[in-house]
Amino acid sequence: MASGQRVARAVSMLLVMSLFGVAANPVAAADLVIGYVEMKDDARYTKRRTFARYLTQALGRPFFGAKTALKEVGFHGVKIGAGFKLQRITARDEDDLLARVVAGNDAGIGFFIADLPSRLLGRLAAANKDRDLLLFNISARDDGLRQQNCAGNLLHVIPNDAMAMDAMAQFLAMRRWRKILALVGPFPRDQALNGAFERAAKRFGLKIVASRPFVLSNDPRQRRQNNLALLTGKEDYDVVFVADGDGEFAREVPYATARPRPVVGAEGLAATAWHWAWDRHGAPQLEKRFERTAKRPMRDGDWAAWLSVKAIAEAVQRRKSTDFAVLRSHLLSPELVLDGFKGNRLNFRPWDRQLRQPILVGTHNRVIARAPIEGFLHKDNNLDTLGFDRRESHCHLAR
Amino acid sequence: MKLAFRHAVFAVVLTLVFGTEASAKGSGYLFVSSERDNAVAVLDPRSFKVIKNIPTGDRPRHLRFNADRSLIYAACGDGGSIDVIDVGKLEMVRRYEDIDDPEMFDFGPAGRFLYISLEDDSALGILDLTSGEMVAEIAVGGEPEGVLVTPDGKTAYVTSEVANLIHEIDIGERKIAANIVVGNRPRRMVLTPDGSQLWVSNELNGTVSVVDPGTRKIIATIEFAPRGFRPEQITPVGITMTDDGKTAFVGLGRANHVAVVDVGTRKVEKYILVGKRAWNGTLNRDNSRLFVVNGLSDDISIIDVQALKVIRSVPVGRVPHTVLIDD
Repeated sequence: MASGQRVARAVSMLLVMSLFGVAANPVAAADLVIGYVEMKDDARYTKRRTFARYLTQALGRPFFGAKTALKEVGFHGVKIGAGFKLQRITARDEDDLLARVVAGNDAGIGFFIADLPSRLLGRLAAANKDRDLLLFNISARDDGLRQQNCAGNLLHVIPNDAMAMDAMAQFLAMRRWRKILALVGPFPRDQALNGAFERAAKRFGLKIVASRPFVLSNDPRQRRQNNLALLTGKEDYDVVFVADGDGEFAREVPYATARPRPVVGAEGLAATAWHWAWDRHGAPQLEKRFERTAKRPMRDGDWAAWLSVKAIAEAVQRRKSTDFAVLRSHLLSPELVLDGFKGNRLNFRPWDRQLRQPILVGTHNRVIARAPIEGFLHKDNNLDTLGFDRRESHCHLAR
Repeated sequence: MKLAFRHAVFAVVLTLVFGTEASAKGSGYLFVSSERDNAVAVLDPRSFKVIKNIPTGDRPRHLRFNADRSLIYAACGDGGSIDVIDVGKLEMVRRYEDIDDPEMFDFGPAGRFLYISLEDDSALGILDLTSGEMVAEIAVGGEPEGVLVTPDGKTAYVTSEVANLIHEIDIGERKIAANIVVGNRPRRMVLTPDGSQLWVSNELNGTVSVVDPGTRKIIATIEFAPRGFRPEQITPVGITMTDDGKTAFVGLGRANHVAVVDVGTRKVEKYILVGKRAWNGTLNRDNSRLFVVNGLSDDISIIDVQALKVIRSVPVGRVPHTVLIDD
């Protein structure tokens, strides 16, 4: 581009932007502030862990997702003169977290995006159950938060373990890779994933031919649990499923199995909420916007943070209000339509407030399938073939 | 004898495909942009074979003829250019560069300015085709998509997929005059020939909103329900209206059908099964044939508008986007 043209373009852009700025934001006072809470120390984001780029783990703090969304919602409040702001609260410890959420709520913040481990999120929800407050769960995947520990002020944007494992099981059933060798780690997250996979295997007709505990260790006395040749020997199977809550062990499994079989679960092929390589439904555009802000690919928590802001903005646009009760009722309504850039219209299940959504089943650089897989049908909404359907739910929240 | 028979067959095929206008003034060539081929394919009107691939910038999408149909403008999203193809020579003759991710565009009435949705910049760009300069960029909502300039040249409508809006832009003032909230992920628009209704497809809701441009209000919402498809598969994008303003054809995307809508009653009269992810359609000059581009089955379906039937489907390049007919 000639420099003269650049100048002309810059000048006209400035002119246009200033006109637009005035039109877009006449009453700055009515801005809606969205809280964003996280812990200063969070094991999920240690440098060592993000550096390793495990297939199912975060590459960094999801706050960038919320920031990306903020740039997309400039027009959603235009009719009522409302803009959107994020207030980031990085808590030092649990007490600090609880105190600052209460202070934020007292100052008028009704919606908080919560990037917290599940126990802490459960505690925060319980402590605030009588307040006008909604927490958007963007990273706690435990099924318990959707079942026996469900709470009316929790909206789960991140898919739970059951949804992810159902997606994986649908994929394996579609491929007819039905004989599974499960390798299961010792930690609670490993056990939770394994439990969810066992449930999914039963639902979709897979057979777990053997389930073997693994440990991360070089101790020769523990070789039955740390030597992959021994762990994957004997029985025949179609696929190795690795139940590994972080991915350090799982990373060693591909190309180290006794039989030439694919590895799924925490490595090889994983079921995720988002995948940078998804190339339908406008996904590359979102990925591009995110990477421009974050300088790294988008992962599940980033996507969930992004969608949380978008959900609030959608409610503001449709209801032409920033009132908490009005927005809350729209968010919980079956009329809610969210665009997650995964194809389907998304909204929250009324019984446990889990966001219905497709799950992407992918390798490190390719989405192999989008679940629900074709052929897995539900009488109302095929998305409800993933996770806890109404009749399986132990959670019955009223609107 | 054999030769005569062959000619007879050609004549039949021609009449089948182009109706009675087989001897119209154009070459009859079809031009198809393909997002993954970085080329515009030229198809012979008789054999429907690709006779030439005209290389373009990366990821060509929207195509439009200029007023006298001597040139084709192609928006090349990844290449960042608007490429101009000479219809007579079948080659690229000009390239407007440094245009950030152009998606859809429309001409002003005099043909001098091109109004382009710039997906990455979230702006409507105004390109002066004579000087080659981008004379203005008007900031709009995220992922601007469909662009429609009114015949009087005073107003441009732009959809924003992310903001769920149609922006009404005052071209003289170069600013947004109004924002019309429509459904989710609005994509493409058509204006009825009398200018009284603006139709917009809402891809995510699976509907078409009918907007009164005067009051800027939605006056009707058209829903679609082809048999055997789930609501989430109904993802309307392209809308093509006949010149008489009586019939609209809506490409239903993942539902692999084209809906035939009576514009007067706003009722769906028929669903025509086409290929996978049908988005864009184009009518030939006498409106006897509709060409529908199927992005995920890499082909186009040719529909007899009178009979409302697919008479042929033709393989084209990878992820075809738009088809034009030089008839």
